[in-house]
Amino acid sequence: MKIKFSRPKSLIDVETHYCAGCGHGILNILTAKVVDELGIRDKTIGVAPVGCAVLAYKYWNFDVCEAAHGRALAVATGIKRCHPDKVIFTYQGDGDLASIGMAETVHAANRGEKITCVFVNNACYGMTGGQMAPTTIVGQKTTTTPLGRSPESGEGWPIKMAELLSGLKGVSYSVRTAVFNPQKVMQTYQYIKKAFINQIEGKGFSLVEVLSPCPAAWRKTPLDSMKWIEDEMVKYFPLGVIKRE
Amino acid sequence: MQKTNKKKLMSGNEAIAEAGISAGCRFYAGYPITPQNELIAYMAQNMVKRGGVFIQAESEIAAINMVLGAAAAGVRAMTSSSGPGVSLKQEGISYLAGCELPALIVNVMRAGPGLGDISSSQSDYFQATRGGGHGDYFTPVLAPWSVEEAVKLVMLGFDIADYYRNPVLILADAIIGQMMEPVGNFDKSQFRKKKESKNWALTGAKGRPANSIKSLYLKEGVLEQHNKKLKKKWDKIRKNEQRFFVSDIADVDYLIVAYGSQARISLEAIKMLRKNNIKVGLFRPISLWPFPGKGLRKIAEKVKKILVVEQSLGQMVEDVKLNLPNKEVYFLGRAGGGVPSAGEIIKYINNKLI
Ligand SMILES: Cc1ncc(C[n+]2csc(CCOP(=O)(O)OP(=O)(O)O)c2C)c(N)n1
Repeated sequence: MKIKFSRPKSLIDVETHYCAGCGHGILNILTAKVVDELGIRDKTIGVAPVGCAVLAYKYWNFDVCEAAHGRALAVATGIKRCHPDKVIFTYQGDGDLASIGMAETVHAANRGEKITCVFVNNACYGMTGGQMAPTTIVGQKTTTTPLGRSPESGEGWPIKMAELLSGLKGVSYSVRTAVFNPQKVMQTYQYIKKAFINQIEGKGFSLVEVLSPCPAAWRKTPLDSMKWIEDEMVKYFPLGVIKRE
Repeated sequence: MQKTNKKKLMSGNEAIAEAGISAGCRFYAGYPITPQNELIAYMAQNMVKRGGVFIQAESEIAAINMVLGAAAAGVRAMTSSSGPGVSLKQEGISYLAGCELPALIVNVMRAGPGLGDISSSQSDYFQATRGGGHGDYFTPVLAPWSVEEAVKLVMLGFDIADYYRNPVLILADAIIGQMMEPVGNFDKSQFRKKKESKNWALTGAKGRPANSIKSLYLKEGVLEQHNKKLKKKWDKIRKNEQRFFVSDIADVDYLIVAYGSQARISLEAIKMLRKNNIKVGLFRPISLWPFPGKGLRKIAEKVKKILVVEQSLGQMVEDVKLNLPNKEVYFLGRAGGGVPSAGEIIKYINNKLI
């Protein structure tokens, strides 16, 4: 019998703390699989955010640094500049990357840091119970937008990070993808792989934005969550390659 | 700077930067703020030439977190700032302490609160010596009174940081940062000989299990264990790293306690008072945390009264009083950039203590 799929070596065999249907599980695995496939486990250093993925070091079997909320790309900058021959990536949620860490994100991208950034856009703050994130879509109900996000009431519009960063010269690769069906999961895997290869080839900043489900905070079943991404999120956040150099 | 016996005239800020590089610091990230701009400029001019990394960060928050990344990568790293910028760094300093990462943070103090003024001050003593950020932690704090001593303390500071795996602060007032004095000895061999092994650092898990650097401990009781472990470390620092300097204490009725530039001005006053046969001595804490209480208590035994002189409205004086509950402790301080002069100190002693 030929084994078609097995646990990546870069993934530790433990129970996860993620909720049922959460996209972090899929993306933790995809990242580990890319590291395996590129054969870079012993030179990869990941930076975990503050958010639901804060415990990523429990799952990844390579060196990992935890960063303060929003500061992952500053921490990654420090590591990468000290170890230019290593492969450094950050893994961040939308509150982390696009709200509290917006300055660190824009400036790391603008400096063209040779870092890969996996950006998990679940349209809310998962860890703290589902508040509005900068990416929460218009009309979406969260614990802090009980009537639905309303730009007219001063809650702003969802920020399109992949587009915003693509305007910066230091960014060499910016894509948006999603994980709402197996094809999209495999596509996401290819994008993440490409973003790692970019770094290995010495190109600038690479961003992979992933639309990812958060059934617990969205108050939806895992299946309905996948459908909501496909039907609602994608309308506002178009998928595909936004910039490739 | 290459080893040479020739002395060179340098500002405190430049000398601190050179001392860092000479001590093996190979990563600096900072953000401009007066009165420490010569420090970041010196780093920009010299760090890369000497094989290190220099980054002008987008903010002090980014700078301290870049330093955290470099420290996690196993590299000697430092940053510098002044009051408002050091406030922004506090979150990062707390994370450094929680993650047990060594790094050097320089605060060339200016007057506050708020934007305050760019003139010299010693008003960040509380912030520096009480942890400063959130959570239960301490950072060793070293306060130079000359450019020459600033060099030594930077080198010593890196050694303490590496040895205990804890961030260390250099607390200099703007007078020390800005004044120029001859310095020559950038030889770090006078300090700890042994290089600490950094087998915990993130360098890629080649031929070893994966390392992680973190400050999160979620399981019940585990954080308390971590806190207890940290406390042991701080108790050890309290025991081993108290440093102070004394002058004119062989026969002494009145003792001035002051640090940094204020200790120099106080010594000037002491010399003048001694000419009039008033027996005044100086006790100068070099480590502000741990506060050198042991040394102070011993010397204070034979003293009638104590005067604390600070460029603040009274911060270190609280540590002096804590250590000497049965002594009469007086305080002379000025804030907002005002500097107590030798004349003011003499007048105060003549009027209030004698
Ligand atoms: C300075 C600071 N502010 C707030 C928090 C609380 N906090 C923890 S996670 C989080 C939001 C995380 O949301 P996101 O980045 O979108 O990641 P997710 O949990 O959805 O994966 C917040 C606000 C914190 N830990 N630190």
